[in-house]
Amino acid sequence: MKRNLPLFFAFFCGILVIVSEFIPHRPFSMMIQTLQDWFMIISGFAILLGQISLFQSNLAKIQQRESGWMYYLAGLISFIIMLLVGIFWGTQETGGLFGHGANIQAAMGSKPFDYLFDYAYQPLSATMFSLLAFFIASAAYRAFIIRSFESNLLMITAIIVILGRTSLGGMLTSWLPESLKFWHLPNLSDFIMEYPNSAAQRAIMISAALGIIGSSLRIILGIERSYLGSDK
Amino acid sequence: MSAVSSSQVERRIVFLLLLIAVALPLIFPLGWKTEVSNYSKLAWNLIQSAPDSSVAIFSFDYDPSSMTELQPMAEAMLDHAFSRNHRVLVMALWPQGMQMAEQAFSKILAKYPDKRYGIDYAYMGYKVAGIVAIQSMGKNMAEVFPADLSGTKYQDIPMLHDVKTLKDIAYINSLSTGVPGIKEWVMAARDVYQTPVTGGTTAVSAPGLIPYVNSQQQLFGLLGGLKAASEYESLIDVIGPATVKMDSQSVAHILILFLIAVGNIKALRARKRGHNE
Repeated sequence: MKRNLPLFFAFFCGILVIVSEFIPHRPFSMMIQTLQDWFMIISGFAILLGQISLFQSNLAKIQQRESGWMYYLAGLISFIIMLLVGIFWGTQETGGLFGHGANIQAAMGSKPFDYLFDYAYQPLSATMFSLLAFFIASAAYRAFIIRSFESNLLMITAIIVILGRTSLGGMLTSWLPESLKFWHLPNLSDFIMEYPNSAAQRAIMISAALGIIGSSLRIILGIERSYLGSDK
Repeated sequence: MSAVSSSQVERRIVFLLLLIAVALPLIFPLGWKTEVSNYSKLAWNLIQSAPDSSVAIFSFDYDPSSMTELQPMAEAMLDHAFSRNHRVLVMALWPQGMQMAEQAFSKILAKYPDKRYGIDYAYMGYKVAGIVAIQSMGKNMAEVFPADLSGTKYQDIPMLHDVKTLKDIAYINSLSTGVPGIKEWVMAARDVYQTPVTGGTTAVSAPGLIPYVNSQQQLFGLLGGLKAASEYESLIDVIGPATVKMDSQSVAHILILFLIAVGNIKALRARKRGHNE
């Protein structure tokens, strides 16, 4: 029962969603609307579940003094601070347990949650992403080496696209006459993106979609059961 | 040991050069002009051609990590929408999207002080469930957004009186970094309800979305990265953050090309040395 009931629900809901795509009328349209509402509610709870899981896993690592436990501690402290200031004074337009904290806002210029978001989280997050530029530069220096026909092709394409994405690329070939505009670097770069890139991307998308359909059918028909917590 | 040290020194030199390449053009702007691509022009056309007082959705589906590229797009497109007197429903499929939206609005509203909340724009907040939330919006918007961020009921927001489903929306602009984002808007809004969709994404994500800019107009143009943001700024005659930062990006790209050349020369010399030995 413990295993069969979830399998039945997965089968029933899966078939219902597929049928409703082909017959978008009552009663299927109403049933699917209800399922979508449930999905949104459950997704909301999933966020809460994720937070509880984050708290527990970090706490366990700190208690066991795992390597790098100070980082987990820093993460946990940050999590608790953001959670508390959010609960107490809310964020943006929404008030918290203690209202909007007018006095604090007057002192800090914004609510504590928004202040921490703007001046701590946001710069840190943007910095992490920006660091990628340094690694890409270093990787380009070491990886884009002519070794074979394929690597040569990759490098030439990369050079055209990189140049085409800069202001200088456009200036370099802006003197070309109208009849040779195809060779203008931004146009050449757009051509690569629009045709070879799109063709490859579409192939990937179609393959991925077929894979998703296969996996979904396996779940609906009860062949794939790992989501129940065990393969048995 | 010495090989490891030399590689580390090389890497540090690359990092230092990149820092200089990015910083110098910010201090001493070069003022290089950016050519407008068809993708940016298509996105601009969609907003430009939407009728006066149309209701549009601006979905902020990103977080601070990609704000360097996406925030200038959001500001430029919002500026354009307000200049065309469109009314903007603001929402987010990413938890931190509304913070990004508020920052963009606080900047653009300074330029349009006559725009009023509830009449010209409304903050509907973050929605969980991604594509399922969009599918539900196609059936009943009020059910997905019972109230705005300040608690005002959907029915009491003047600009949304005639907006029942996604079919009543003139266009959707999704600024997205990943999932859920532009792809989900195309699949659940454009393909099902024919509501035009446009958007902006990071330069690395753009190649994956370009197939949607096709003859079926699944996507009306696409802004990819800082360059496209600066193109959009030039289309609306604004010198904004993207135009200023574009010089840095151009110089950094040229440096990367230079580094690729140096790397190849180095590899060629090493290969020759190997043959001689």
